[in-house]
Formats: sequence, C-alpha cells, structure tokens
Amino acid sequence: MAAADGTYAKHRRGYYFYLVPGVIGFTVIVLIPQIANFVLSFTAWKGVGTPRWIGIQNYQKLLADDQFWGSMIHTLMFIISMTIIPVAIGVVLASLLFDYVRDQFGERVANIFRAGFYLPQILPITTAGVLWGWILSPVGVANIVLKAIGLGALAQNWIGDATYALPAVSLMIVWIQVGYCLVVFMAGLSRIDPSLYEAAQLDGAGWWQRLLSITIPMLAPEIFVVILTTLIAALKLFAPVFVLTAGGPDNATMVPSYLTYYHFFTTQRVGYAAAIAVVQMILTVGLAVIFLRLQARQQATE
Amino acid sequence: MADAVLDGAVTPASKSAAAHGRRHGAGRWLILGLVTLGLLATLFPFFLTVINAIKTSAEYASNGPLALPRGIDLVQILKFWDLSDYSRKLLNSVIISGCVAVFGVILSTLNAYAIGIGKVKGSRAILVILLLGIMVPQESIVYPLYYMAKSVGIYDTQLAVIIVFAVIQSAFGTYLLSSVLASFPREIIEAADIDGANRWQVLWFVVIPVLRPTLMVIGTFFFIWTWNEFLIPLVLLVSNNNQTVSLAMGLTRGQNLSDPVLQAAASLLGIAPTIIFFLIFQRTLTRGVAVGSVK
Repeated sequence: MAAADGTYAKHRRGYYFYLVPGVIGFTVIVLIPQIANFVLSFTAWKGVGTPRWIGIQNYQKLLADDQFWGSMIHTLMFIISMTIIPVAIGVVLASLLFDYVRDQFGERVANIFRAGFYLPQILPITTAGVLWGWILSPVGVANIVLKAIGLGALAQNWIGDATYALPAVSLMIVWIQVGYCLVVFMAGLSRIDPSLYEAAQLDGAGWWQRLLSITIPMLAPEIFVVILTTLIAALKLFAPVFVLTAGGPDNATMVPSYLTYYHFFTTQRVGYAAAIAVVQMILTVGLAVIFLRLQARQQATE
Repeated sequence: MADAVLDGAVTPASKSAAAHGRRHGAGRWLILGLVTLGLLATLFPFFLTVINAIKTSAEYASNGPLALPRGIDLVQILKFWDLSDYSRKLLNSVIISGCVAVFGVILSTLNAYAIGIGKVKGSRAILVILLLGIMVPQESIVYPLYYMAKSVGIYDTQLAVIIVFAVIQSAFGTYLLSSVLASFPREIIEAADIDGANRWQVLWFVVIPVLRPTLMVIGTFFFIWTWNEFLIPLVLLVSNNNQTVSLAMGLTRGQNLSDPVLQAAASLLGIAPTIIFFLIFQRTLTRGVAVGSVK
C-alpha cells in the first residue's frame, strides 16, 4: 500500500514539469508587476532614478483628490450603461427571440437576429470609438438627423459638452454591451425545460407573466455571471473614454483607468498612479471573490 | 352577489386567454417588427459607415450623410489606407494576434494537462490565482511591464506584446481547459499508460486529438481578443511601424481627420477585418462566448 502510494505521488510529481512555462510566464508578466505596482504606490517616483518611500501619502492625497472621486462617481454612472440597461434589454430581447421568433419563424431567423445584435460586441472598441465620434460630432449624423426630423433645437455638441459627454459615451457602451448579454441569455434559455412554458401557457399566463415567473428565475445563474463580469468591466473602462473624450471635457468623463494612465504617462506621477491602480485592483478582486464564492455556493446547491 | 363573484373569478382568466390567443396570431408579426426595428437600429451605424465611406467629399457636403451614394468612390478609403500605413498595421495585427493564439493555446494546454489530468497538488489554488490574474485591471501591471520591457530591451517590439498577451490569455485558456480535462475519461489514459506511453506521448497522441475542437475555439478567441486589445499595445508600441489596427484606430482622434468622409473610411477599415472574422467564426464565437462565461 505504502509502495503504491509512493509511486502514485511520484507519478503525479511528473506533471509539475508541464506547469513550468506557465508558472514562469505568469510570475514574470502578472505577479511581479502586480507586486511592483503595489510597492510603487507607497513611493514618490518620476519614472527615472530611485523611488522615494513616502508611506501612505499617495493614498491620503487620493482621498482629497476631486478628480479621483469624480472618476469613481462616473464609474457608478457607467455601471448603468455597462450593466443595468444591457442586462434589462438582453433579458427581454433573449426571451422574445427565444419564445416568439424562434417558435414562430424558426431557429435560423432567431440566429440571424442574435448574430446581428452581437456584431458591435466583437468590434475593436477603438473602431467603435471612431465610428461614434463621427456620428456624434457637432456636424455629425446625430445632429443632422435631429434637424431633418424637425428637432434641430435638440442638436448638441454631444461629446464636446460636459453635460452630454457622459450620456453620449454611455449610448455607445449600451450599443456594444447588449449583444454580450443577449448571447449568454439565449444560451441559458436553451437549457430551460420547455414543459415549464407549456404548463404556464395552459394556465393562461401571458408572455410578461412567464418572463417574470419562469424566464428570469431560471436565468438567474446567467444573469448573475453577466452582472459580475460587466461590473468588473465597468471598473476597468478605458478605451471608450480614451478614444471619444480623453476624460474630458472638463473631467466630465474621467474614469479611474484613464486617470491612472494620465498620471503614469503624462504627469509622470508614477507612485500616485500606482495608488489609483491599487484601489481599482482591490475593488475588482473584491468583486471577483464575491463572484467565486457565490458561484461555488450555487454549484453546491445544484 | 353570487353572480358578481362568479363574474370576477371568470372574466379576467378568459380575457387573458383571449389576449394570449390574439398575440399568437397578429401579435407575432408585431413582435417580429419590434425586434427587427431594434436590429436595424443596432446595425444602422454600420450601414452609415459603409454608405459614407464610398462617397466623394463633395457628395457628402451637398447631400449629407443620410443620402445613398451615387457610385462607389474609393478615394478616401485609399487615402486613409496610405495615411495610416494600413497594410503594415494589418500585418502587425495578424502577426501579433496569430502568435498569441498559437503560444497562448500551447501554454494553456500544458498548464491544463498538469492541472486537469495530473491533478497536481494546489490545482485549485493555481486556478483561483489565474482567475484573479485575468480579472484584475491591466492598469495595475502596465507600468511595471513598460519598465521591464525597457530594461530588457524589448520595448517597442512586437515580441513584448506577444509575450504579455500569450501569458495573460493563457490564464483564461487554462481555466477553461482544466475544467474540460477534469472530466476526461481516466480509462483512456490508464490504457495508454499500460501500453507504455509516457506522459508526453499521452498528451500528444491521446489528449490533444480529443481536445482539438476546443483548442480551435480558444485559439480563435485569443486571436480576436488580442486583435482588439488597446491599453498594453498603446503603452508598449510607440513607433508607427509596430502598431496594430486597433491602436491606429484609437489614435486617429489625435490625427484630426477633419473630413467626415475620411472618418467614415477610417471606421470602415477598422470594421472590415472584424466583419470578415465574424463571417468565418460566427458559430464558434456565439457558441463559445456562452461556454466561456458560464463555465
């Protein structure tokens, strides 16, 4: 028995060899930079010379930095366009496509719709940014359409005006995000037992009632995954802001990622930027840990 | 009194049944119409890009962006192609994304073999660390990576971006493949063991052939994700000759493309490769996303 255990242990040890490239890569590219960034957040450093240890001063400054708090508030507002609106639209749309379009017009038609709504999701965000920057520019399509339908008074400098920049960027984000929610939810719907719907239909439940009492509860795992992944993505939001507004006008669309980038590479306040990145990392890891916990619990109850 | 109660009980039910029946008749067309309207709204920006990118600037100025083009004029498209050195950018994107797909899949497979089949000690901890590694914002590693690349002398080379993304993407690949391999039938591996195959041969001749479809899906994902990446290429690739398509798109704002037709042309050139991938990989992508995020 002892001998068998020994060979088994030896047998398993042989597999460690296969982890070597992955572990080295992950250590060098992810772990060491992560630790280095954490250490840098306690220093004052311009990117050259020796970093000077200043303890928690960067974090103290952060607490009094209006630009930082503004960026956190904007993140909360971007959660509306990254998570809340796309999830709501995604559930209704997935259910309509699955219940009605697929039932009445066939799988093919439903798939065409799904693919179409998904298209913006696979575009490079920078390309989406060029496209929307063109649509929303003062002389762009959005204003021309408004004028054409007699609403010229509503025309705005959408991304150049501090009042409208955040909603304008949000509009593009909703456009991008709906497809992701839709695809995940439609995959989820296909595992729901159709007899549940048939029973509800016999009971005279309308589409809306079925949505509330069957679809949403049954889709709970998918909704949960999508909410957490999009929340985490909202915390990291960078490219749309970089391309459309560069955080402006007047900081109206400043987000933590852009602020980090700005201090790393423009003001060269590396230690300060590192501190912002650490705050972002802690928030993300917090969400990720909640996610993993809840997922484990969910799997346990299934 | 009894009548009233009876009325109250029966009427709503029969009403909703009737409503339901109607919905299935004419209502289905109404719903199809609504969903179609939503789809058209979603695709409208793509449509606008195409019809305007092929106009002449004069035509845009006189007829506006909503008018259909009178013919196909490629002047602005070719102009942006030249201006951005687009052939070079395409080649760079293909090289970087292609290498990341290949190396990322190799790394993921090796890791997943040790974790899923070998079930080495600490597998669960490794997976949690990998998962956190993918979830944390790239902002928190970007400066050290920038500094490291500079000190090793690979700053502003495609190699730097390839290494970084092969490792980052393989975290997801490892996570996904490990869960696939955890349910790999043990009898097959034991049979190969008895036949005298070593671990390397088991991986190469037994595991990889079975995994091939999954590896293709993961490789496709790595390719497209890397194609779309922005922050790390932005920081690591400064010279024009090394930049990717996504990066070139992200930097057009600074170039002040004053001509709206030129802007539409730029968008079209940014969109085109994606549409091509989409047509090729549509099924893989839409199926794969669901697998990737729910797993």
